[in-house]
Amino acid sequence: MMIDGTEDEEKFLAAGIAGLQQNSFYMHRALDSNNLRDALKYSAQMLSELRTSKLSPHKYYELYMRAFDQLRKLEMFFEEETRRGCSIIDLYELVQHAGNILPRLYLLCTVGSVYIKSKEAPAKDVLKDLVEMCRGIQNPVRGLFLRSYLSQVSKDKLPDIGSEYEGDADTVSDAVEFVLQNFTEMNKLWVRMQHQGPSREKEKREKERNELRDLVGKNLHVLSQIEGVDLEMYKDVVLPRVLEQVVNCKDELAQFYLMDCIIQVFPDEYHLQTLDVLLGAYPQLQSSVDIKTVLSQLMERLSNYAASSAEVLPEFLQVEAFSKLSNAIGKVIEAQPDMPTAGVVTLYSSLLTFTLHVHPDRLDYADQVLGACVKNLSGKGKIEDKKATKQIVALLSAPLEKYNDIMTALKLSNYPHVMEFLDVPTNKVMATVIIQSIMKNGTRISTSDKVESLFELIKGLIKDSDGTPDDELDEDDFKEEQNSVARLIQMFYNDDPEEMLKIIETVRKHILTGGPKRLPFTVPPLMFSSLKLVRQLQGQSQSQEENPFGDDASTSPKKIFQLLNQTIETLSGVLAPELALQLCLQCAEAANDCELEPVAYEFFTQAYILYEEEISDSRAQVTAIHLIIGTLQRMHVFGVENRDTLTHKATGYSAKLLKKPDQCRAVYACSHLFWVDDHDNMKDGERVLLCLKRALRIANAAQQMANAARGSTGSVMLFIEILNKYLYFFEKGNPQVTVAAIQGLIELIMNEMQSDTATPDPSADAFLATTMRYIQFQKQKGGTVGEKYEPIKV
Amino acid sequence: MNIIAGAFKPPCKISISLTHPTTRKQVRVKKENDQTVMVPLFQSQENIVGEVSIEPARGKKVEHNGVKIELLGQIELYFDRGSFYDFTSLVRELEVPGNLYERKTYPFEFSTVEMPHESYNGINVRLRYVLKVTISRNFVNNIVEHMDFVVHNYIPAPSINNSIKMEVGIEDCLHIEFEYSKSKYHLKDVVIGKIYFLLVRIKLKNMELEIRRRESTGSGTNTYVETETLAKFELMDGVPVRGESIPVRLFLNPYELTPTYHNINNKFSVKYFLNLVFVDEEDRRYFKQQEIIVYRLLEDS
Repeated sequence: MMIDGTEDEEKFLAAGIAGLQQNSFYMHRALDSNNLRDALKYSAQMLSELRTSKLSPHKYYELYMRAFDQLRKLEMFFEEETRRGCSIIDLYELVQHAGNILPRLYLLCTVGSVYIKSKEAPAKDVLKDLVEMCRGIQNPVRGLFLRSYLSQVSKDKLPDIGSEYEGDADTVSDAVEFVLQNFTEMNKLWVRMQHQGPSREKEKREKERNELRDLVGKNLHVLSQIEGVDLEMYKDVVLPRVLEQVVNCKDELAQFYLMDCIIQVFPDEYHLQTLDVLLGAYPQLQSSVDIKTVLSQLMERLSNYAASSAEVLPEFLQVEAFSKLSNAIGKVIEAQPDMPTAGVVTLYSSLLTFTLHVHPDRLDYADQVLGACVKNLSGKGKIEDKKATKQIVALLSAPLEKYNDIMTALKLSNYPHVMEFLDVPTNKVMATVIIQSIMKNGTRISTSDKVESLFELIKGLIKDSDGTPDDELDEDDFKEEQNSVARLIQMFYNDDPEEMLKIIETVRKHILTGGPKRLPFTVPPLMFSSLKLVRQLQGQSQSQEENPFGDDASTSPKKIFQLLNQTIETLSGVLAPELALQLCLQCAEAANDCELEPVAYEFFTQAYILYEEEISDSRAQVTAIHLIIGTLQRMHVFGVENRDTLTHKATGYSAKLLKKPDQCRAVYACSHLFWVDDHDNMKDGERVLLCLKRALRIANAAQQMANAARGSTGSVMLFIEILNKYLYFFEKGNPQVTVAAIQGLIELIMNEMQSDTATPDPSADAFLATTMRYIQFQKQKGGTVGEKYEPIKV
Repeated sequence: MNIIAGAFKPPCKISISLTHPTTRKQVRVKKENDQTVMVPLFQSQENIVGEVSIEPARGKKVEHNGVKIELLGQIELYFDRGSFYDFTSLVRELEVPGNLYERKTYPFEFSTVEMPHESYNGINVRLRYVLKVTISRNFVNNIVEHMDFVVHNYIPAPSINNSIKMEVGIEDCLHIEFEYSKSKYHLKDVVIGKIYFLLVRIKLKNMELEIRRRESTGSGTNTYVETETLAKFELMDGVPVRGESIPVRLFLNPYELTPTYHNINNKFSVKYFLNLVFVDEEDRRYFKQQEIIVYRLLEDS
C-alpha cells in the first residue's frame, strides 16, 4: 500500500515535471518572440502543474523549484517588457485575468516584484496587496509554497532602513508588518495541515509537516535580517506579535519549532532585554511541548553570550536575568504537571549552568536553583528514570566543573538534598565524581565541618543504603569505589593538630558505619593519617620541650592511640585480622617513636592475640610472624622484662609454624631480635647463636623429612640462608659466631650438595656461589674485615 | 452558364458609404459564419450622414418605381424565424420613379436619430441596426442593399451604487458572509469583495466566482431563457477555516459582457449575475447567485 503510494507519487511527479517543461518550452518561445499574451498563457499553464494535490511536500518541493527557476526568467521578461513601454500597472492587472487562482497568484507575485522595483507605487502598497491576495490559497502545502515564494521574491525589496525602497510612505514598520503577516498566515496554514486528511495518516502528516517547518521559520529569519528591527521595534512589535501567533496556534510542533527559531534567529542581546516577554510565553504553551529543550537552549545561548564578553554581564544584572529565568521555570513546571522528571531536572540543570556562567560569584543563586529542584522533586522518592538520573548527575557535576573546588559545592546547602533523589548506583557514581574532582584538583579539606558535609555527600559510598546491601555489586567496582574513598581520606589535612584530630574523629565516626566490607579499605588511610598527626605532635613536642603533650589533653598522642586502638578492634571484629595485625604493629612502632612504652606494649599484645586467635592460615601466619619480628626488632622503648616477654613469644611462635622451612626461616629471623646494632644493651650473642643453631636443627630435620617422604633430600637452600645469617653476625662481631662454626657449615653444605640423593637446584647453586664470592671479596678487602675473614677457608 | 448567371446578375451595383468613415470608431462584429467584420459604431442622437451610389451594369438601364433609404432598428427572434420587429424605421426618398442609365450618387442624412437600444447579438435574439437602400421595381424583385452598424449607448456612473452584502449558509454546514463592493459595474470595472467564512463543516475543495448571463426572450408562455456562464474565476484553493476571509478581485475587462438590458421593447431582457460557487471534495456544488447591473460607462473625456 505504502509502496504503491510512493511509486504513484514518482509517477505523478514525473508527469508534473513533464507538463511543466512542456509549457515552459512554449513560454520561452513566447518570451523570445516578445509575445506577452502567449507568455502569460503558457506560464499560467506551466504553473497549473503546481495545483496538484497528489504529491508529498518533499516531491512538491522538487516541482516548485523547477517552477521557481522558470519564474525568474519570466520576471526578467516582465522587466524588459516595462522597459519597452508596457505599463507595469497594466501588467499587474493583466496577470490577474488568469482563471485559476494558484497560477494567478504566482504570476501576481512575480509581477509584483517588478512593480516594486519600478517604484511606480509604494512598496508597502504592493506588498500589502500581495500578502492579502495570497489568502486565496487555503490549501496548506500550496499556500506555504506560494507564500514562501512571495517571501523569497520580496525579501530584497522590503522598505528597510537604508534600502532603496524606503521612502516617506514606506517605512521599516511596513516591512515588518508585511513579513509578520506572511508569517502569521503561513503558520496558520502549517498548523492546519495536521487536521486535514484521514486521521490514520496523522503520523505521516506530522512528518511531512516537519519537513515544511523551515518554510515558516524562514520568515523569522527574514525579520531578523531587517536592519531596521532594532531592540525597540523587536520589543514593541516583532516579539509580541510573533509570540501571540505562537501561543495562539496551540500546536505542539509549531510551538516547539518556533520558540526555538526565535531563540536561534534573533540576537542574544535582544533576548536578554525582552526576557520578561519571552519567558512569559512559555507557561502558555501546550503542555505537550518539549519546553525544557527550548528553554535550555535559551539559557545555553545566554550563558554563552555572558561568557563571550565581560562587558555584557552588567546587562544581565540589570535585567535580573536570573530571577526571571528562575521564575519562568517555576511557572512552566507548574503549568505542565505532566512534565517528566527528566525534563524538570534538565531545566534546573540549564539554569544552574546559566547562573554559574553569569554569576559565578553568587553561590546563593546556585543554591537557590538546587533548592527549587529539591522542592519540585520532593515527594517523588528515588528517581528510577535513567534520563532523569543522568540529568541530576549533570546538574550536580556542573558546580564541580565550574569551581574546580569541592569546597564551593559544600557550601551549597541543597546539594546533598538533591543527591538524595538519586538511586543507589547513581548516587555512588556521583560520589565518585566528587571524589575524582577533589583528587584532580588536589583540594585539601581542612575542617571537620567540611569533612562532615562531604561525607554527607558521598555517604552512598561510605555505608550501605537503608535497604539490604547490594549483593550484586561487582567486586572490582566495589574495590574501585572504596579505594577512591581511601584516597579521599588522605586529602583531609589541617596543620592545626586540634582541628586535625577533629577531622579524624569525624572520619572515624563515618567510616565505622561502613560495615565489614568497607572497613578494610577505609581504616588504613585513617590510621595512617592519624599516625601522621602523632608524628607531627611528636615533632612539635620535641621542638617545644617546655610544653609536653600531656597538658593538652585533647590532642595528645595518647588520646589518638586510644582512638586507634578502638578502631583496630572494630577491624579485628570484621574478619580482617591480618590487616588489624599490621595496623597494630604500625601503631606500636609509632608509639615506640613517642616513647610510650605501655601503649606500644598494648599494641603488641593485641597483635599477639590476633595472631593467636584469629590468624590460622599457615601462610598468613608466616607473613605475620615476619612482620612481628621485623617490628619488634626496631622497638626500643621496651624495658628488659617486656622485651623478653615479647621476644620469647615471637620465638615461640616461630618454632610452632607448620612447615619446617617456614619454622627454620622464622627462627633464624628471630636471631635479629637479640642483636640490635644501634643498641648495645640489646646484643646477646649467645641467644643469637642459640637461634641459629636451632634453625640449623630444623633445617636438618626438614631435609630428613624430605628424604623420608620423597626419597630425595631436597634443597640445601635453608643451609645457605643460615650460612648468610652466620656471616652477618660474624661480620657484626658477635663473639659467639666463630670461624669454626662457619667453616663447619660450609662443609656441611658442600657435602650435602655432592651427595647422591641431592636434587639439583640451580638457584641454590647460584646462591651458594654468590655467598662464596662475597667471602672471597671480604677477604681481599683487607683491613679489619679482611683479617676477620682470613681464617675462613673456602 | 455565364449567360444565365448574367441574366440573374443584379442590373446595378449599390454602395452605401458614410462620411468621415476614418474618424469613426469601428467595432468588431461576429457574423453568422463566425467571420468577424468591422462595422461603424454610433450612439443615440447622432447624425447618420452618407451617400448612396447606384451604378447600373454597363449598357443596361434600370427602370424603377423610386429609390429610398431606410434606417431600421430591428429585433429578430430566432425561434420564430424571419419575424422582425422594427422599433425604429426612418425613410428618406432618394429618387422619384424613372430610369437610371448611369452611375448616380445620392447624399442622405438622418439627423439626431433616436436609437434607444444597443445592438445585441445573443443566443435567441438579435438586435441590429441597418441602413437599407431599396430600388423598387415593377414585376421584378426590388433591388436591396444593407449596411449594418452598431449602436452603443453610454451612461454616466450611477449616483447610487450600494454594495452587495449578505450572509448565507446551509444550516450547521456552511455559513458565509460575502460582500461585493458595488451592485452596478461598468464593462471594464473590477469586482472587489471578500468572502468571510463564519462556519465551515463541509470539506470544501475550492471556490469560484462565475459571471452568468441570462437572456430571456418572448413573453408569457413563450418565454425562452438561456443562461450562459461567461467567466469561471477561481477564488480559493483548499479548505478554509472559520474566521478566514478570502479576497475577491475580478476584472470584467477580459469577458465579453454587454450592459444589462431590461425588457427591450417587450421582446427580451439580458441580466448578469455573480454566482459564488463552492465545490466540496465530492464535487458537490453549492452556490449563491446575485444579480449585478452592468452598464456602459460614459467616460468623462
